[in-house]
Amino acid sequence: MSYNINEKGYYGEFGGAYIPEMLYPNVEELRQNYLKIMAEPSFQEEFNALLKDYVGRPSPLYFAKRLSEKYNTKIYLKREDLNHTGAHKINNTIGQILMAKRLGKNRIIAETGAGQHGVATATVCALMGIECIVYMGEIDIARQAPNVARMKMLGATVVPALSGSRTLKDATNEAIRDWINNPVDTHYIIGSVVGPHPYPDMVAKFQAVVSEEIKRQLLEKEGTENPNYLVACVGGGSNAAGTYYHYLDNEAVNIIAIEAAGHGIDSGESAATSVLGKEGIIHGSKTLLMQTKDGQITEPYSISAGLDYPGVGPMHANLYKTGRAEFIAITDDDAMKAGLDLCKLEGIIPAIESSHALAVFEHKTFKPDDIVVLNLSGRGDKDLQNYIDYFKL
Amino acid sequence: MNRINQKLEEDKKLLSIYFTAGYPNINDTVSVIENLEKSGIDMIEIGLPFSDPLADGPTIQASSTKALHNGMTSERLFEQLKDIRNTVSIPLIIMGYFNPMLQYGVEAFCKKCQEVGIDGLIIPDLPVDVYHDNYKSIFEKYGLINVFLITPQTSEERIRYIDSISNGFIYMVSSASVTGSQSGFGDIQTKYFKRIADLNLKNPQIVGFGISNNETFTQATKYAKGAIIGSAFVKHLTNSGIDNIDDFVATIL
Repeated sequence: MSYNINEKGYYGEFGGAYIPEMLYPNVEELRQNYLKIMAEPSFQEEFNALLKDYVGRPSPLYFAKRLSEKYNTKIYLKREDLNHTGAHKINNTIGQILMAKRLGKNRIIAETGAGQHGVATATVCALMGIECIVYMGEIDIARQAPNVARMKMLGATVVPALSGSRTLKDATNEAIRDWINNPVDTHYIIGSVVGPHPYPDMVAKFQAVVSEEIKRQLLEKEGTENPNYLVACVGGGSNAAGTYYHYLDNEAVNIIAIEAAGHGIDSGESAATSVLGKEGIIHGSKTLLMQTKDGQITEPYSISAGLDYPGVGPMHANLYKTGRAEFIAITDDDAMKAGLDLCKLEGIIPAIESSHALAVFEHKTFKPDDIVVLNLSGRGDKDLQNYIDYFKL
Repeated sequence: MNRINQKLEEDKKLLSIYFTAGYPNINDTVSVIENLEKSGIDMIEIGLPFSDPLADGPTIQASSTKALHNGMTSERLFEQLKDIRNTVSIPLIIMGYFNPMLQYGVEAFCKKCQEVGIDGLIIPDLPVDVYHDNYKSIFEKYGLINVFLITPQTSEERIRYIDSISNGFIYMVSSASVTGSQSGFGDIQTKYFKRIADLNLKNPQIVGFGISNNETFTQATKYAKGAIIGSAFVKHLTNSGIDNIDDFVATIL
């Protein structure tokens, strides 16, 4: 049994392409071409060169000595926070902009919640000299002003999503509508392993460089490619997909997925999709999502904008359903504490998304000789105001 | 024989109107349907509101948000429609997104549709092959016609496939757009309407998206069997309420 995608675009029973006919030609064009394009030597060459010289890969696999001492286990941090633009998101946008160019597209659209994916998309569009339109919920625009400014400086047009709850899911709806209205010249760069097939697979493959490097780096440091545990936070799940990718079918390696519990699973203000979600359709994919009994998609909550999504990628829905991954929900409070802890112990200010993953050590005991690799998916600069407000700094 | 098929046999151009159930007020659904039939239209699409209607523009999304806020649900809609066949005889179609139906249970949903007298369904985000492999037999068991969309970008091969598994009409989306975003038809649309007509499909075509007045209705039905009005009617409901529906219809026919 494989935990990777099958030829029909499903992970187990999750995935597929539940899209209106208006989107069919766009998605079908991508589906028919993405694997072929990714396999072209010229694509690989350009992708790898940009990851190396522009993004700064490989990102270090850092042995966190003091953190390891505190929890009496061996903790390695995969430093995606050191990438250009400050998070793993750029791995995917570099891949997709090269894909868009080869598909002959001259206009890029994207959705963004906190603005990280929007910035990563605006960055690669500037790099390639391609027009960029980023949809962002009106509410998110107000609370993420620095990232809105970054996107504008990079030459992108930021369009407010005024419909529905005016947050990430509505920005995604607006981007999809734009794509319906512009089916020929436009490529939609989705920021996570969500959306209709082939997006979850394509984004996972672009992020897979993370686990490819982990294997190599861990072999060098520990004499084995296999950690005992992989830990990553999951909103839509792209950094997690990259972390797990080359280990999915290697059951010697345990997988832990960290979700945002917000104010607590039962508080009514949470984003823990595996616990609170039910199978259904969101943004063209059959997966787990938070919804009412009547099938209306509900608004999640987390202090972390990157984890504040009512669904989860179909790969992760399948990892949950099959029991391949252990899912743990971490509250705002526990995440913030773990984030501050990392600052003091290791001199690294993490993104609040990654702080959720770091809280795993307070919730689960590892053996002294366990090797735990945790994806430090982003840096905390963007979250400074949140940290200031929370800790009254 | 299904009411939709009967209607399609009539020797006239058909006008179908979409509205969102539970809009403007929760209990307006039945009155809107009855007033629409009295105004002389041929078919009604009852919109089951969804929180994230991807294929719709701002007008229909706003009406859906309001209807949900009013308390509309699948259960409530079926409750409102339970006696509709005592007063209304034209074909009734439910148009909605797949997730609410999936949560209700596809078979339970179809069964309810048959009980209250719904004739067909339009589900934009239920893909043709998923329908074919998993749900076609259920729809047929309850006598429901499933209506598929085609667009100017749909290939001839795919149109012929859709035609082969359709048994009512084909919903021809007039242009690459979401609902409510067009004003008038140009040469491109006219050529597209003619191109599709020339395919001689077994199912008649009804044009939707971009029809808002007599001119666009006439253009759309030059080659097609009928046309569907959605956003323009929802705007009328927003501005004029449910009492002057025949005034709106009079501007079309």
